[in-house]
Amino acid sequence: MSAENAIEIHDLVQRFGSFTAVDHVTFSVPRGEIFGLLGPNGAGKTTTIRILCGILLPTSGRASVLGFDVARQPEEIKKRIGYMSQKFSLYGDLTPQENLDFYASIYAVPRAGRAGRISELIELSGLGEHRKTLTRNLSGAWRQRLALACAIVHRPPMLFLDEATAGVDPVSRREFWDLIYRMAGEGTSVLATTHYMDEAEYCNQIGMMHAGELIALASPDALRAQMPGTLLQVDCAGPAQAFQVLEAMPGILEMAIHGARLHVSLAEPGQADELQRRLGRAGIAIRSLNAIQPSLEDIFLYMVQQRQPTPTHVVGE
Amino acid sequence: MDAVVEVIGLYKRFPQSARPAVHDLNLAIDRGQLFGLVGPDGAGKTTTLRMLASVLEPGGGRVRLEGHDVVKEAEHIREWIGYMPQNFSLYPDLSVHENLEFFADIHRMPPERKRARIEEMLAFTRLEAFRGRRAANLSGGMKKKLALGCALVHAPRLLFLDEPSTGVDPVSRRELWTILTDVVHQGVTVVLSTPYMDEAERCHRVGMLFDGNLLASGSPEAMATSLPFAIIELKARPRKEMRRIVGALPGIAEWRPVGDRLRLAVPRENGQVEALMQALQHRFADEGVAVDFMRVERPGMEDVFVHLVSERRHTA
Repeated sequence: MSAENAIEIHDLVQRFGSFTAVDHVTFSVPRGEIFGLLGPNGAGKTTTIRILCGILLPTSGRASVLGFDVARQPEEIKKRIGYMSQKFSLYGDLTPQENLDFYASIYAVPRAGRAGRISELIELSGLGEHRKTLTRNLSGAWRQRLALACAIVHRPPMLFLDEATAGVDPVSRREFWDLIYRMAGEGTSVLATTHYMDEAEYCNQIGMMHAGELIALASPDALRAQMPGTLLQVDCAGPAQAFQVLEAMPGILEMAIHGARLHVSLAEPGQADELQRRLGRAGIAIRSLNAIQPSLEDIFLYMVQQRQPTPTHVVGE
Repeated sequence: MDAVVEVIGLYKRFPQSARPAVHDLNLAIDRGQLFGLVGPDGAGKTTTLRMLASVLEPGGGRVRLEGHDVVKEAEHIREWIGYMPQNFSLYPDLSVHENLEFFADIHRMPPERKRARIEEMLAFTRLEAFRGRRAANLSGGMKKKLALGCALVHAPRLLFLDEPSTGVDPVSRRELWTILTDVVHQGVTVVLSTPYMDEAERCHRVGMLFDGNLLASGSPEAMATSLPFAIIELKARPRKEMRRIVGALPGIAEWRPVGDRLRLAVPRENGQVEALMQALQHRFADEGVAVDFMRVERPGMEDVFVHLVSERRHTA
């Protein structure tokens, strides 16, 4: 068992009757890294987390967290991890301070240091002016910060975030990730799940899950590099007409209309000239033409398509 | 272009709440456009859409659709608008076909027209193969498509969609957007709400909502170029050194880690962006830091949103 890895999973399988929720998954998370498990609902993310938290016994394969085996040493794991989910388990009729105190006692934070730790967390999460407000009267963003503070009250070296930022505004989401980065910088390892593909940009490594399988495993940049073609954003008059004109052009991997703009994936970057010529001949004025980065959702859809040779969606009509 | 939707000083406060859900909202939406109301949970998106669709009475202000007042002429308006609520009440015990039929009957469509239109909707939403399946047994993505078909069955000219893609998996979400793009091509004006900033990029125009207020509206392009700073993304190793060097360099408005990369906001005044990139290259070279990439990125809608919210906080 390597000491550098906070999580090690080898050939993990979880079956529920005839349904395979996790299908031969292998990956590891180095200490102090932020790992993102990405996929739609039902892909197997939450089942994987439940195994890692020592709540669910895997059907086969091995998994360890912080060097402890999930099957043999689940209690050792539970003491050392923090867990925060979309449905924050906070007590609405307690104040933030009281919620933190409650979680500190559950996690057996020694009485001597408890008050100090709680003050520190209230400071860290910026909850100072709300420390005496009933939790149910806090906004979603404040409740989320409190939930994070509760999940780390016992200074866990491993933190699980299960859809932790769903529905939160972008400003709060950035502030939330600033906190996560600060913790990672201090050595905390993080495994975050999200079905919101954008969010995974924050992770060092991404595992993409689909129907229980791990279909891709790499950093966001490395995943982008695996995408074939060059993605262009064409801002032109009449993107629908441009779409029709370009349908006849060879070497276009994919095309989609985005509002007033057209996204075109070219097999070869050199084809941009040909694209401009064709639009020019059709009398379509190009306002701008830029190479853009594919989104993680683009990449996920590409990876899924690679597994299923039949096209799952058709561009246009 | 003429405004199909005109919103003037729209206001709504619910009795149990101290703060208005929608505050002094002004909007004009042109015919044939795909307009996105973008904002997080609690921003006022659903309340706004419900008032636009004449389902909820405004507390103040006016909404006119094609010049008709949504309060005084609600009956007339409902003949040619479609509205899909966020939690659409499809009839779970009815089949796909029966649900479409039910919504066609509500709009009193003549039998011939109804039959043809239902077939059109089945083809359009790619649900032909599932016409006999009970709605309860459809996947999340298929339910959304059926709900969309039901909202479109009476061939409305104007369509309101409340978070059509929330809770839908990425494959279905992409398909839904392809269908929506087709709806717009057929000449229908579409107003939708979404919490996803990346979906804002797919709209002709966007209105950003936060705390019941419209922060700004315009095309995604115009919003991105209106930002007073450019975005530079870079990745260099070792990571710690990269952060140290960036943190010590003057002229950067803000920087933050995003995964292995750093995302820098740099004021766009007179060549500052180029100068800064050069300075960074030099520093990295001097200190032996390997640069994987450094590039100017177009600001995303999230950058725009965050900027607008922070400006608002400063002026408040």
